[in-house]
Amino acid sequence: MLKRIPYLVEILTAVGLIAAPYLLPYLGFAPNTVNRILVWGLFGIGFDILFGYTGLLSFGQSAFYGTGGFVAAYLLTVLGFPNVWLAILIGTVVASIVGYLVGLVALRRTGIYFAMITVAIAEVFYFVEFSPLSEYTGGENGLPGVPTPSLYLGFTTLHFTGGWAMYPFLAACYFIGIVIALRIVRSPTGAVFSAIRENPLRASAVGHNVHAYKLMAFVVSAVYAGFAGCLLGILQGFMPPEAFTFETSGQLVMQTAIGGTGTLFGPLLGAAVWLFLQDFLQSSLDFGAAWKLVLGVIFVLLVCFLRRGIIGGFVDVIAYFTAKPHPPAPEEAPVTAEISAAISPLASVGLVRRREEAPFTGPVIEARGVTKSFGGIVANKNINFTVEQGELRGIIGPNGAGKSTFFKMLTCEMPPTSGQIFFHGRDITGLDIASVCQLGLTKSYQVNQLFTRLTLRENVVIAALAERRGKFSLDLLRRIDKVPGLDEQVEATLGMVGLTARADVPVAELAYGEKRRLEIALALAASPSLLLLDEPLAGMSPRERVETVQLLKNIRRGRTLIVIDHDMDAIFGLAEKITVLHDGALLAEGTPAEIQRNKLVQEAYLGGVAAA
Amino acid sequence: MITWANFIAQLFNGLALGALLALISAGLTIIYGTLGVLNLAHGAMFMLGGYAGFVVFQLTGSFVLAVAGGSLFLVLVGGIIELVIIRHFYGRPPEDQLLVTFGLGIVIVELVRFGFGGLTRIVPPPGWALGVTQLGFLIYPTYRLVELGIAAVSLTLLYIVLYRTRLGMIVRAGIEDSVMVGMLGINVYRVFMVVFGIGAMAAGFAGIVNTPVVSLTPDVGESILVRAFVVIVIGGVGSFPGAVLGGLIAGEIYSLTSMIDPAYSDAMLFVAMTIVLLVRPQGLLGTRGRE
Repeated sequence: MLKRIPYLVEILTAVGLIAAPYLLPYLGFAPNTVNRILVWGLFGIGFDILFGYTGLLSFGQSAFYGTGGFVAAYLLTVLGFPNVWLAILIGTVVASIVGYLVGLVALRRTGIYFAMITVAIAEVFYFVEFSPLSEYTGGENGLPGVPTPSLYLGFTTLHFTGGWAMYPFLAACYFIGIVIALRIVRSPTGAVFSAIRENPLRASAVGHNVHAYKLMAFVVSAVYAGFAGCLLGILQGFMPPEAFTFETSGQLVMQTAIGGTGTLFGPLLGAAVWLFLQDFLQSSLDFGAAWKLVLGVIFVLLVCFLRRGIIGGFVDVIAYFTAKPHPPAPEEAPVTAEISAAISPLASVGLVRRREEAPFTGPVIEARGVTKSFGGIVANKNINFTVEQGELRGIIGPNGAGKSTFFKMLTCEMPPTSGQIFFHGRDITGLDIASVCQLGLTKSYQVNQLFTRLTLRENVVIAALAERRGKFSLDLLRRIDKVPGLDEQVEATLGMVGLTARADVPVAELAYGEKRRLEIALALAASPSLLLLDEPLAGMSPRERVETVQLLKNIRRGRTLIVIDHDMDAIFGLAEKITVLHDGALLAEGTPAEIQRNKLVQEAYLGGVAAA
Repeated sequence: MITWANFIAQLFNGLALGALLALISAGLTIIYGTLGVLNLAHGAMFMLGGYAGFVVFQLTGSFVLAVAGGSLFLVLVGGIIELVIIRHFYGRPPEDQLLVTFGLGIVIVELVRFGFGGLTRIVPPPGWALGVTQLGFLIYPTYRLVELGIAAVSLTLLYIVLYRTRLGMIVRAGIEDSVMVGMLGINVYRVFMVVFGIGAMAAGFAGIVNTPVVSLTPDVGESILVRAFVVIVIGGVGSFPGAVLGGLIAGEIYSLTSMIDPAYSDAMLFVAMTIVLLVRPQGLLGTRGRE
């Protein structure tokens, strides 16, 4: 419903912001409290994009909040800058540059490390503000005398002094912030952000430069923090040194979690709850300093029981009552026919990445003397391997033969200990997995690597975006439906795997066989000229196997495939040539008939029984 | 003016601070290594240990009893927290674990503030550790030496428990692969509870031992927590020797910088951390791929 009316969220936000000064006083909100909520809310938008959308939990946002605020305040007070707007702009820009530099260090690690590093870096800013730079920042006194802005309209000048007079200024800033944020999360970049949150490994495997996108999310959060910091100084007429404390970062995290992460409005709501309760507990109930204890307990309870905060809980309740059942998986429908019908040979050729350089006539992929050892264990020993254009190659071997390790090296998910890998004659050894995918080489995983909390279509969109936009693209404000050819790419891919009817179902609700097909679709959406499939038939029911074998026959048109599987019937029927790996080394290679007759292969599988 | 005596004294200070940081960080790192949970309430445990010791000291007047009683109390608190809250978070994303332990830390700090007020509390060093000791080349406060000794002894005890006992073997195996340990028929949950208790005790113990040097406030744990982060990032997360090495390095950097200009001592710690991250992201004694 929300999608039918364009800009509905924006309009509702504007209405809410205009109505707030007329309604909130009845609930006991002082004008200054409302203004502070807006500043926290704006601060939190960037944090929510970083944490709620991209999945990076930073405990160091105070560094950018303080930096933006102090730069603007310094310009306005000590340097006597006449223009408040320009000072805000400069403060925000400086904060974003600082964010970029901090991001370069902090994003070297992920998860828990990232959280610890952001805390530590924010502490540096706090110490630097307090001691070495106290001449400029006023140390523990902060910078007093920050002027308020005014706006010359031609016929009159608006002065945004304190209280409700300041409100329109802050509300306008918040509105601008939320409109931009909504565009960001709906942009192709926003889709990649959520892919990184769900599964960073797969996001890079389909060809996105995950590190660059993380850095971008980090800078976006620093921009919002810096902007909000500037407004804090203006709101209070004084830039407080507390902006730099760990407590500031912590309060932001808690407010966002209380309101709801991944909602953009969560921080605003969380700040409202926080500041309202603080005032209420302190003044009305005379709790004194215990207000923070109460808020801490509320926070812990919310994290335990309502992990998406107040807004998330609300959305879940609404969804529970208005839920429409998704179209069920077709029970006994002839899916095979659907798959075959949905795809013409031409369409499949269209999905292969067009290569601009002169056609290369040698082998599509060549491994020369590839060896991989993990400590003392040698997983792959000196493998020489070539696959020609248009081939369908099968790789078999007992468990532990080193098949998956070999695939990981071919797609550059891990570098070989020694040896080289060539793709279309080009040495790709040591490239990263995203670049290799962009060249047209990708794989589907043995264990599903999907973006679990997104819908099937969103999954394919993420993979197709990498194909359409390349490894990295700065289209923060572009609408996702304006990416040329994206829709066709997504529909064609969904059609190929026969999942069009289920496109809007969340991945978590798919049947196992459907998830396996989606796993292949993610690889297909990248338009590979060489596709590696790691056990595509594993764990499937007999009927699903028939469907998937048909799918493989379809997708091989126009591309080269290498398939690992244990289903001998299927693989001997599909492949022209079969490579056998045993104990990490190449045991045999030949046509299915040759392999079936090969004594060494029989021994490897049957332990010599066949010879007896 | 930097004299040799001053320099040596600062080296000793760095050693004492380093040993203390090593103890706190060891607690943090064995919890993370075994349970996979980064305990953001660890600073609060440090603070709570100090207050628990303070209460026991008020009741008994004995410093030794204060240390013993406070430590026991923290084992209990740690075990209960693991049982009631942390246990339900193993299956949830690491971000949720960070959020809940962060919240717990605040609740503990505010509870203490509620109960004891925001005023500073002092536990004096025991009578036998008052005054100064003549070390030949320099005169050094006796309690600082005692603190260094206590920290060194307890680190050694922790080492013995971790590397020479059956429990320690299970804990170290759990750091490598807790799922596998569970499959071997060991009740990992009980081990997790004990480890969380021991980790909390390490912090609490350090908190009590530190009270004669730095007076108690409810906020005393916050900066300690941040420094412990720096220590384990430098040493390598999940590595006990890394925590010890990182602690000593951090202690020396801190003390030697304060000799030149105290304003920069914390900043220098973070410079060191940044250098380690750039040169050896997994930490000095850390293993690649463990995070």
